[in-house]
Amino acid sequence: MTDLNSSGLTDLGVAAIRSGVASGDFTAVEVAEAFNANVAAAQDALNAFIVATPDRAIEAAQAVDAKRAKGEALGKMAGVPIGMKDLFATVGVQTTAASHILEGFTPQYESTVSAKLWDAGAGMLGKLNLDQFAMGSSNETSYFGNVVSPWRRNDGGNAPLAPGGSSGGSSAAIAARLCPAATGTDTGGSIRQPAAFTGITGIKPTYGRCSRWGVVAFASSLDQAGPMARDVTDCAIMLEAMAGFDPKDSTSLNLPVPEWEKGLNADLSGKGVGIPREYRMDGMDADVAKSWDDGIAWLKDAGATIVDVSLPHTKYALPAYYIIAPAEASSNLARYDGVRYGLRDLPDGSNLQDMYAATRAAGFGAEVRRRILIGTYVLSAGFYDAYYTQAQKVRTLIARDFAQAFEQCDVILAPTAPSAAFALGENTEDPLKMYLNDVFAVPASLAGLPAMSVPAGLNREGLPLGLQIIGKAFDEQGVLNAGLAIEQRANFTARPGKWW
Amino acid sequence: MSVDTATVAKIASLARIKLGEGEAAAMVPELNGILAWVDQLGEVDVTGVEPMTAVIPNTLRLRDDVIDADPLTGGGIRDKVLANAPAAEHGFFGVPKVIE
Repeated sequence: MTDLNSSGLTDLGVAAIRSGVASGDFTAVEVAEAFNANVAAAQDALNAFIVATPDRAIEAAQAVDAKRAKGEALGKMAGVPIGMKDLFATVGVQTTAASHILEGFTPQYESTVSAKLWDAGAGMLGKLNLDQFAMGSSNETSYFGNVVSPWRRNDGGNAPLAPGGSSGGSSAAIAARLCPAATGTDTGGSIRQPAAFTGITGIKPTYGRCSRWGVVAFASSLDQAGPMARDVTDCAIMLEAMAGFDPKDSTSLNLPVPEWEKGLNADLSGKGVGIPREYRMDGMDADVAKSWDDGIAWLKDAGATIVDVSLPHTKYALPAYYIIAPAEASSNLARYDGVRYGLRDLPDGSNLQDMYAATRAAGFGAEVRRRILIGTYVLSAGFYDAYYTQAQKVRTLIARDFAQAFEQCDVILAPTAPSAAFALGENTEDPLKMYLNDVFAVPASLAGLPAMSVPAGLNREGLPLGLQIIGKAFDEQGVLNAGLAIEQRANFTARPGKWW
Repeated sequence: MSVDTATVAKIASLARIKLGEGEAAAMVPELNGILAWVDQLGEVDVTGVEPMTAVIPNTLRLRDDVIDADPLTGGGIRDKVLANAPAAEHGFFGVPKVIE
């Protein structure tokens, strides 16, 4: 190794690791070893991983080093070890969706997204913890325990904070330098809200960009994978490696993958940035409001024109989401029956129906059961039109709101979440209070639009706040460019002090 | 709209989730809290609005009518299919007796 010690290596992001490996400043194996060590050292305190796979990381790194030695072309993610949210099927490595019902499930096939990342030269550090079946906003519904954010408030109290959810293992691991990047999935904010809570960057692309094949399904019309990393460039690189048409996913977009990294450009001259007036809600957190104003000033400074826009159905997005997502979940999760894979609970003398009911009672956590019951109810005879059809009509109106706003602007700027990270346990009593965390994130999910969160600054408690950029369908480039313009002006360099 | 204990028990049975003693009653206020909140959707005028069926316009494709067109989703992988089954016997999924 040259002038970088191992802690120097784990401070590097995707682009820096890739170029350092390519130019021979250090080897991919040295990088993998440094991150493996960080993963192992933080596990007891942060619980970010469900399973660590140090050998996989080393094997992938050895393959990259061997390719380089032979002078072969290296992939987009060559030598970059990453964390894999435990919602992606990985051959031979337990895949649980953080549930008991899938504990011990060892896929015989690889998800399309993870396969693409390995093909691009990335290696796997392990499977990251998450909210059970990606249902949650704080990573407190995992069967494998809470993830603890590496961040702490500046009040000296050391209260353990939520890393956000559902991609809470991903966000905590990146913020704590356990990995330079990780996969996330976003159904109603599960990439953006945890990114905001931990001072990192994450993008949910247009619905259909990344294949859902091999991703444990939650709400199929909303589920979309995306990258989480420490900056916009790293997200662009990783999204290129993850995206692309997959005939095995019926909703996969049959479009070429743009060269987002090459297209990065923080000059927003001639671009319009919409500020949705309905997002400025009564009683908005003062620090969140201030960071939003900062974001407006930064984008103006980057050359953009600021436009007041209206998204009149915003207040109905969350209730519509909490009909549509549980409805789809109740259908998707019908597959967990104790027959084909996963847990089986067969009480003495029970028949097949008893086995199904006992297995599902034992295997699903409280929040998952709650959502399956809500979903079953809203889809049941006599209630389907009043709830589900009505919600899908409201969803049409929400998508129409965005289409009309985008006649006046190119991207929309809003806060990512209504507050900074809260303490573990603070919001668990009341499910509705927890759901409100995604009030700014859910509308873009319902409309299938690309949206990202970038760090904007710290609040008065010393905790990160994120800004959200929502773009037109297929315009990830516009979203990434506005994100880059904010990143260059926010100068967000804060990181959690190491206590773990 | 709201649910009572009997309705919760009925939904749980439809969803094949066993509820223990008192669990159905305990879920009544929880579910009613959520249902009362989503009821606000009724305020929205949806006259002439079609329910959304596809969020991004896309056309459904047919794959080539060929056996194992994509080997990843093709056949001939019985042992892989059974590899994670809680009870696999003689090349089949094992379940409790379903005929008397």
